[in-house]
Amino acid sequence: MTLPQISLLIVLLPLIAAAVVGLFGRYLPRSSAHWLTIGGVGAAFVLSVIVFKATLNGYTANYNLYTWLTSGDIQFNVGFLIDNLTAMMMVVVTFVSMMVHIYTIGYMHEDSGYSRFFSYISLFTFSMLMLVMSNNFMQLFFGWEAVGLVSYLLIGFWYTRPTAIYANLKAFLVNRVGDFGFLLGIGMVLYYTGSLDYAAVFQAAPSLADVQVALIPNVSWSLMTVTCILLFIGAMGKSAQVPLHVWLPDSMEGPTPISALIHAATMVTAGIFMVARMSPLFELSTTALSFVMIIGAITALFMGFLGIIQNDIKRVVAYSTLSQLGYMTVALGASAYSVAIFHLMTHAFFKALLFLAAGSVIMGMHHDQDIRNMGNLKKYMPVTWITSLIGSLALIGTPFFAGFYSKDSIIEAVKFSNITGSGFAYFAVLAGVFVTAFYSFRLYFLVFHGKEKWRHVSNAHDAHHDDEHDHHHGLSPTDDPHEPGWVVKLPLILLAIPSLIIGYIAIEPMLFGNFFNGVIFVNNEAHPAMETLSHHFHEVLHSPVGMALHGLMTLPFVLAASGVLLSWFFYMKRPDIPAAIQKKFSFINQILENKYGFDAFNERFFAGGARLLGEKLWKIGDIQLIDGAIVNGTARLIGRISSKVRHLQSGLIYHYAFAMIIGVFLFLTFFIKIN
Amino acid sequence: MYFLNSHVLSFSIWLPILAGVVVLLLGNDNKPNFTRLLALAGSLAAFAVTLPLYTHFNYADGGFQFQEMARWIPAFNVNYHLGVDGIAAPLILLTSFTTVIVVIAAWEVISNNIAQYMAAFLIMSGLMIGVFSALDGLLYYVFWEAMLIPMFLVIGIWGGENRVYATIKFFLYTLLGSLLMLVAFIYLYHQTGSFEIVDYYKLPLPLDAQVLIFMAFFMAFAVKIPMWPVHTWLPDAHVEAPTGGSVILAAIMLKLGGYSFLRFAMPIAPDAAHHLSGFMITLSLIAIVYIALVALVQKDMKKLIAYSSISHMGFVTLGFFLFSQLGLEGAIVQMISHGFISAAMFLCVGVLYDRMHSRQIADYGGVVNTMPIFTAFAVLFAMANSGLPATSGFVGEFMVILAAIKYNFWIGFLAATTLIFGAAYSLWMVKRVFYGDIANSHVAELKDLNKRELLILSVLALMVIGFGVYPQPLTEFTHATAAQFLNQMAISKLPVAGLLP
Repeated sequence: MTLPQISLLIVLLPLIAAAVVGLFGRYLPRSSAHWLTIGGVGAAFVLSVIVFKATLNGYTANYNLYTWLTSGDIQFNVGFLIDNLTAMMMVVVTFVSMMVHIYTIGYMHEDSGYSRFFSYISLFTFSMLMLVMSNNFMQLFFGWEAVGLVSYLLIGFWYTRPTAIYANLKAFLVNRVGDFGFLLGIGMVLYYTGSLDYAAVFQAAPSLADVQVALIPNVSWSLMTVTCILLFIGAMGKSAQVPLHVWLPDSMEGPTPISALIHAATMVTAGIFMVARMSPLFELSTTALSFVMIIGAITALFMGFLGIIQNDIKRVVAYSTLSQLGYMTVALGASAYSVAIFHLMTHAFFKALLFLAAGSVIMGMHHDQDIRNMGNLKKYMPVTWITSLIGSLALIGTPFFAGFYSKDSIIEAVKFSNITGSGFAYFAVLAGVFVTAFYSFRLYFLVFHGKEKWRHVSNAHDAHHDDEHDHHHGLSPTDDPHEPGWVVKLPLILLAIPSLIIGYIAIEPMLFGNFFNGVIFVNNEAHPAMETLSHHFHEVLHSPVGMALHGLMTLPFVLAASGVLLSWFFYMKRPDIPAAIQKKFSFINQILENKYGFDAFNERFFAGGARLLGEKLWKIGDIQLIDGAIVNGTARLIGRISSKVRHLQSGLIYHYAFAMIIGVFLFLTFFIKIN
Repeated sequence: MYFLNSHVLSFSIWLPILAGVVVLLLGNDNKPNFTRLLALAGSLAAFAVTLPLYTHFNYADGGFQFQEMARWIPAFNVNYHLGVDGIAAPLILLTSFTTVIVVIAAWEVISNNIAQYMAAFLIMSGLMIGVFSALDGLLYYVFWEAMLIPMFLVIGIWGGENRVYATIKFFLYTLLGSLLMLVAFIYLYHQTGSFEIVDYYKLPLPLDAQVLIFMAFFMAFAVKIPMWPVHTWLPDAHVEAPTGGSVILAAIMLKLGGYSFLRFAMPIAPDAAHHLSGFMITLSLIAIVYIALVALVQKDMKKLIAYSSISHMGFVTLGFFLFSQLGLEGAIVQMISHGFISAAMFLCVGVLYDRMHSRQIADYGGVVNTMPIFTAFAVLFAMANSGLPATSGFVGEFMVILAAIKYNFWIGFLAATTLIFGAAYSLWMVKRVFYGDIANSHVAELKDLNKRELLILSVLALMVIGFGVYPQPLTEFTHATAAQFLNQMAISKLPVAGLLP
C-alpha cells in the first residue's frame, strides 16, 4: 500500500466503524461495538505509526482527494497535508483514542448507551484526524466543527440529566462564538490571498505583511493582525481560553473517558495545533502574538486558582487542563510553536492518564466524585495510585518527567521573549507552577492518603449531584473500594509510560533538532526567543539529563516543591488551616466559587439579553407594528371606511338623485375652471 | 421518444397536473389506498419526466435550454415559451422530488378528502414548475397566480383552527405584491410590444423607470421569499398549514421569490439593482439577525422553523446582491439546501404532531427516551439547520459569508452571527423537545418512527449529508449561468445620451 492509501485508510477506518456501530449497533451483539471500533482505531494507530516513521525519513505530502466545490476561480478541496506535525498529531490522537476505547469497555459496561458511546468516540477520532490532516482552511473548519458536534453529543450523553443537556448546549454555543471569529478570519484569508489552501496562503502571506485594512473608517490596522486575531478567537473557543473558557468545566458532565479524550488530550488542543500550523501567518504580526500571549497567561494563572477550591475530582483536573492550555497558548505567543506542540503532546499523555485515573477512582468510589469523601485509596487501588502519582509529578513539572521538559521550556521561552506582555506572562507562568503543584497534590493527598473519609460520611450521596449514573450512590461506609479490571488498568499503565519518558526522548529532536523544519516558521529576527532557547540548550544544558539536573536548581522547581509541601502541610498535617483561611478570606473564596462571575454574566447578559431582545422584536416589531398597525391596521382601516361609506347606500332614490346633482355640479365647476 | 425529449418541460408541467386531475376523477375516500397509490404513481412519473433536466443538461451553456415555443395569444404577442437555465433546472428537480416526499408523507395522515389533497399537491407541483420554466411574462404570471389557488385550498381545508385568518392573510399579502408585478409587465409590454422575457433583458431603460420596475417586482418577490418586513404571513401560514403544505411552502414556494429576482427584477433593471443593492442588503441582514432573534423566543415549533426559514432566506437575497460568483452561487446552493432541510424540519414536526396533536415546545420534553431513532434524525436536521459543515446547510451560508466579507467586512460580520443564533434557536429547541426526562404521560406513550416516516427522513438525510460532503454537482449546474448572469448585470442599460429621442 502506498502512503496516500494508508493515510486515507487511517481516516476512513474510524469513520466506517462509527457508522456501522452507530447505525446497526442495536442489532449487533454488545461486544461487537467495542471490537469494531477498537479494531478501527487500533488499525488507524498502527498505520499512523507507519506514516510517522515515513515522515521521520523525510516523507511529506500535500495532495487533494477531491474538489469539494468550485465557484468562479475559487476552488475548495478536500485533501491531506502530511508532514511531521500532522504525523505526530495522528499518532497522539489515535493512541490516546485507542487507550480510551479500551478503558471504556470497563467504564461503560453497564450503560444502556454502550454502542452509541463507541460510535461517538470513533466518529470523534475521524473528525479529529480530518482536522489535523487537512491541507486547507475549509476542511480545517469542517474538522473543527465536527469535533464540536461530537463533543456536544458526548457531553449530553446522559441526556436525561438537566445539567448535562445544559452543559452541552452551552459548550456548543460558546464554541460557535469562537467559530464565528474563526470563520471571519478564514474569510479575510480568502479575500486577500484568493485561496484557502495552506500552501498557497502561506506563500502569499509575506507579501501581505504590510497591508493595512480600515475596518472602521480612518482607523487602519495591519491585515495580518486582524486576520490572526480572528483566527485565534476560534482557538480561544476550542482551546477554552479566557473568556471563552466557560464551557470546559461544565463539559465534565460527560462520561469520564471523553473528558480524557476530548476535553483534555485532543480536541481542546486543536486551537494550539491550529495556531502552530498557521505560524507563517502569526509570525507576521507581533501584535497578534502579544494578544495570544496575554490571553494565554491570564488563562494559565487564573484558571489555576479555580482548581484550588474545587472538590469534584473531575473539575480539579478540568481546571488544570484550562491552565495547561494557557501554558501552551503562552508558548505560541512567544513564537515557541514547537514548544507548544511539545507540551500539547506530553500533556495529552499525562492529562489523559490523570482523567482516566480519576475515572478509576470514581468507579472505585461507586460514582462519588467528591474528594472530601475519599482518602487512603492507595491501599485499595495501587495501580491507580502509582499512575496518578506519575501523572501528577509530570503535570507539576518534576525534573525527568515528561511535563518537566515541556513546561520548563515554555517558561524559559517566555523569559527570552521580548514582545509586549511577555513580562506579565513570565510572572503568570511562574506563579502558575506553584498553583499547579498546590492543587494537584491537594487532590493527590486527599484522594490517596490520609483517613478513609467515606467511612465517616453519614450522608455521602446528597451533596453530589455529579453521580455519573443515576442508579449509583457512592460507597457505603462499610465497603472497601476496589480497583477495576485490566481494561481500565492497562490504559493507565500504557499512558504512564510516555508520561514518564516521552519528554526525555523527544525534547532534543522536537525543539532543538530539525523535526519541524519546513513545518513551523519562526521569524528569528523579530521573535528571537526560540533561537535563544535553542542556544541556551546547546551551550549551557547540553542534554536532556543536563536540563533536568539544572532544573533541580531553578526557581520553577523550588516553586513546584513548595507547592507540594504546602499542600501536604495544609491537607495532611493541619487541615484546620485551609478551613480558617477560607473563612478569613471569604470574599476571595466567594469570587473563586463564582468563577470570577463569567457564568452569571453570560447567563444574564448574553443569554438573557438575546432572549429579551428577541421577545421585544417579536412582540413589538412583528406583532404590534407590522401585523398590528400595518397589516391588520390596513384591514381595519378598510373596514372602518367601508362601514362609513356604507351609509351612503341608503336605498332612497332622492338621496342618490341629490348625490348625482352635486356630482354634476362639481364636475362642471371643475371643467369650467380648467378651461 | 423524440417528442418526449423535445418537450421535457411541457411534460414536467402538465404530467403532474394531468395526474392530479386523474386522481380527482378516479380517487375518493372509499378506496383510500387506491387513491394514494394513484397519487404516488403520478408523482413518481412526474419526477421521472424531470430527470432529463439533470441527465441531458449542458453545463457549458449559460443560456436557456430545453426551449419550447408556441403561439398562445397572437393578438397580444403572448407565447407559450418555456426554457430553463442552470438556476431553474435544479429548482425544478427539487420541486418534483419534494412532491413525491409530500405524497408519501401524507399517506395515512390525511384521511378525509384524500383525492383532493393529493390532487392539490400534484397540480401545484406542475404550476410551480411552470413558474420556473416560463420565458414569457404573461405565461409566467398565469402560473404564478394559479399556484396560489391549490395552496389556498390546502391551508383552508386541511389546516388548523385559525386557518381562515392565515389563508386570507397569505392570499392578500401575495396577491397585493403580484398586482404591482402585473403593472410592470404591462409597462414592459408597451415598451417592447412583446411578453418575451429575453426582449426585456435587452430593453434600455432610464434609471427612474428601472427603479419603478424593480420596486414593482420587489413587492411581488419580497413577499414570497419573504423578506423583512413583509414576512409576517409566513409564520401564520405555516402554523395553520398541514405538514405537506408547510413542506411545499418552505421548500419550494419561498424559492419562487428568490428565483424570480434572478429572472426578472435584477436582469431587467440591472442599474436599479446596483442602485438599490444597499437597501436589499440591509433588508437581508435584518432578516438574518432580527428574525433569528425572533426565532429564538418562539414557543411553537412550526413558528420557530418558519422564522428560521426567513432568516435562512436572508442569505439568498444577500448572496444575490453581492454581485459576485461566490455569493450568487452560494445563494442558489442555499435555496436548494434549504429545500431539503426545511422540508425535513417540517416533516419532523409533523411526525410529532401526528402523535401528540401539539406544536408547543412546552408540551414536549425527553422525546429521545421513547423515540431514539427519530431523535437522531431531528438532531441531524437541527444541526444542518444551524449550518454544520458536512451538511448542505453549511455550504450556501459558508459561500455567502465568504463573499460578504470580501464585499464589506461588517456585512460578513453580521451575516456570520447566524453561526451563533442559528445554533442557539435550533439546538435550544432540540434540548427542550428531545432531551431531558420524559416530560409527561403523552411523551411516555410515543411510538418511534414507522417505516414510511423512516423512509422519507432517510432520503432527506442522505440528500442533506450528500450535498454537504460533495456540493460540487450543485454548482456545476450554475457555473455557466451565474457567470453569464453577472456579465449581464455588469452592463448598464441606461440609454446613452443622444441615441434616444
